[in-house]
This record gives sequence, C-alpha cells and structure tokens, in this order.
Amino acid sequence: MAQTEGRLEVRAIENGTVIDHIPASSLFKIIRILGLEQETHCITFGTNLESKRMGTKAIIKINDRFCEQEEINRIAIVAPEASVNIIRNFKVVEKHTVTIPETIQGFVRCANPRCITNHEPVETSFRVIKAGDEIALRCKYCEKITHQEQIEIRK
Amino acid sequence: MGKKNLVSVTDFSCDEILRIMELAAQFEADPHQQVLAGKVIASLFFEPSTRTRLSFESAINHLGGRVIGFSETANTSVSKGETFHDTIMVISNYCDMIVMRHSIEGAARYASEISKVPVVNAGDGANQHPSQTLLDLYSIKKTQGTLDNIHIVMVGDLKYGRTVHSLLQALSFFNPTFTFVAPDELKMPDEYKLFLDEKGIRYTETRYIEDAIRDADIVYMTRVQRERFSDPMEYERVKNVYVLKNSMLEGTKPNMRILHPLPRVGEIDTDVDSNPKAYYFQQTENGMYTRMAIISYLLGVVK
Repeated sequence: MAQTEGRLEVRAIENGTVIDHIPASSLFKIIRILGLEQETHCITFGTNLESKRMGTKAIIKINDRFCEQEEINRIAIVAPEASVNIIRNFKVVEKHTVTIPETIQGFVRCANPRCITNHEPVETSFRVIKAGDEIALRCKYCEKITHQEQIEIRK
Repeated sequence: MGKKNLVSVTDFSCDEILRIMELAAQFEADPHQQVLAGKVIASLFFEPSTRTRLSFESAINHLGGRVIGFSETANTSVSKGETFHDTIMVISNYCDMIVMRHSIEGAARYASEISKVPVVNAGDGANQHPSQTLLDLYSIKKTQGTLDNIHIVMVGDLKYGRTVHSLLQALSFFNPTFTFVAPDELKMPDEYKLFLDEKGIRYTETRYIEDAIRDADIVYMTRVQRERFSDPMEYERVKNVYVLKNSMLEGTKPNMRILHPLPRVGEIDTDVDSNPKAYYFQQTENGMYTRMAIISYLLGVVK
C-alpha cells in the first residue's frame, strides 16, 4: 500500500498520479498549470494538511492519469519540493522529484503590466534564473523579472 | 547568414560591437557612401520621439536609402484597432528593414520574431534602446582612443535609467571601473551589481559627485526625474545635489569627457557647455554615424 502516515486524510487511489509536498498556497496554481479544471477523471485535493517538513501542505491525487516528467517539471516554479508518485494497483511504481526547467513557456503571466505579452496575444516565455535563494523568471520580451511570489498562471 | 536584428545590446557580441565602432568611424569620415541606395526602411514610431527618429532617418537619407513610416499612430490603422502583430506583418512586406519605437516593453523582440525583415529597436518603453548604448560606446572610443580600462562615473538616476544599465552591460567586455553616484532612492539595482561581481568588475558607490569625478575618464550624467520619488521633499533635497557645474570640473583629468543621453533638464549647468570637456552635443552627432553603422551592418551592405 502506498499509504503512509500523514496521507491518510486523503483517500488512496488505485491507479494514477499523487503529487505531494505542495506548498498549500500553490495548490490552485498547480490546478491551473496542469489543466486539471478540464480533467474528467476523479481527482482528490487536500490542502492545509499538516506536514512535519513544511508546516502545511497540499496534495493532489489524480485517478487514471499518469503525468510525464516534463509535465511535472512545469509545477517546479511554484512547488520546488513536490514529490510525484505514479501509482498502479495501489502501489508506488515510480517516484519523481521535480526539476526546475531552464525555460518556462506559455502558462505564466509576466508581472510587468507594460510587457507586450499582457497587451497582445503573445505566448509568454521566460528564462529561469536564481534570485538569492529563490528562483525567478526573466521575460524573453520585456526582460523584466517575475519573482516567485508574483507568479500568476495565465487564464 | 540569417536575418539579424538589434533589439537589445546583448544581441551583439564583443566583436560585433567593435565592428560597429569601426564602421561608425568609416561613416564619419565619409557620411555620403550610397550603401543604402535602393533600400526602403520603415521608421515606425508608435510612440513619438523626435530626436531618435530624426537621427535614424537622417542616417538612412545620408546613405541613399528611402524612409517610409509614421511618427505617431494617430492617422494609422493602429488607431482603428489593428493589432501590433498585424501592423508588423503587413509593413514587413513593404520594406527591407524596420526601425521601431514603442511604449510597450518587449514589442521590438516580438516584432523581430514575426517580421520577415530585420528589426532595429529604437526604444521599447523602459526596456532597451541599444543604438543609444552603441553611440555612447562610440563616443567613449572616440574621446578616449579605446574602450579598454575606462573609469566611468555614472551620475543621477541609476535605478530606472535604462541607458546606464545597457551601457554597463556593454562595457563589461572591456574591463571598466565604475563609480556610481546616486541618491539612496535611485541607487544601482542589486542585479547589475551582482552582474559586475560575477564578471570581477570593480565598482564603488558614493553620494558625492565632486570626489567621484576627480579621476574619471567619462562622466555619464542622467536625469533625476521628479516622478521617481515617493517623497517630494526628498526630490527637492537631492535635485540640486546632482547638478554638474563648471567649477566642479577643475582638477579633473584632461581626457575626461561629459556624456548625457539628453534631454537634460538642469542636471548639467549651462555654464558647462562651453567647457571643452562637455561632449553631449557631439555625442548626438556620433549617434547618426553609429546608426549608419548599425543599419548597414544588419543589412549586410558593407564589407
């Protein structure tokens, strides 16, 4: 069984993907990034769950969908410590950590209101850079930096 | 070679910057070479800027090219609601190159991606204005004989001033030493200091202009704008501190020259104008030769 203590509050799944160790504040961003609003499979969310490591955390369990590594990496900018388990027949068959990609295409809004991407239907594109301990995004177009706390997901 | 654009000064390598310097000197020696004969260049000023536009258009005219375009968007399809995308797609069919200014940041980068012809950024909001940077470099090269090992003192608004940021990046190829003179509210942002640290380039920061300029090769003045201050009292306090006066130039190095991207609004006293160290008006003339060099280089019409 994939169940361990702390996960009992959210029901186990038979087949699918479990994304754990999400900062509670990033849950809805991840729902957007992964396009879960359009998902037809059963999904369970839990948030403000107790976590020894993080204080509070969120968890997402998606039935019958097996997320690819590339897809998972997209959530790294808002959940750098997330762990992703692929479940088959109630067993963890793969365990991934997220890797922060070099570039982010399309789904993050540039924080600069004067950026072309906020005025014309242009796909956003960012280079991921280090800003102190955190990561930040440098816009390919306006060259301004979107800091982690400013990250918003485009509609 | 594919289409080459100039959107940001970081699009050019060190060798390319030096090539532009060389070409600018050639055009200054003979500004009537007809290398742009038969070329049509679109000058698209979505945001008005008389000085930059005339400098570009004069450069093109001198070299025998033709200019089409607009200096404001009032009588264009933009005012009918056409998207920027469509305007660029259409106009890039009519010309060999687009020179453009826009108030929206990143507009030039986007245009360079969708346009069939090269795009030269003549300013996109507070972002980039690379021809200004290259003309600054040309002015430094001309007055100092070299770009290497220059001590440059930057004065004024170092926080928002895009010209100082781009110049700092471009000069980083040439082992400069920087002194930053700015009020606390307008200090050089950390990201640029970090950039210098990574490259091992020396810099110091001070609030006092007179000490700083004593062993300067170049003093780069910028405008301190009232609207940058959250506290109007603070503006009133600092605005006169960062004014360069002729009396302050005594004892400075003989090779020292004063640059300013212009327009100035009082940060250089008019009594400096007649001092041979004042170089800001010649700097604008250098701008025309530099723009000749940029356009000719990108179009591949010079050997």
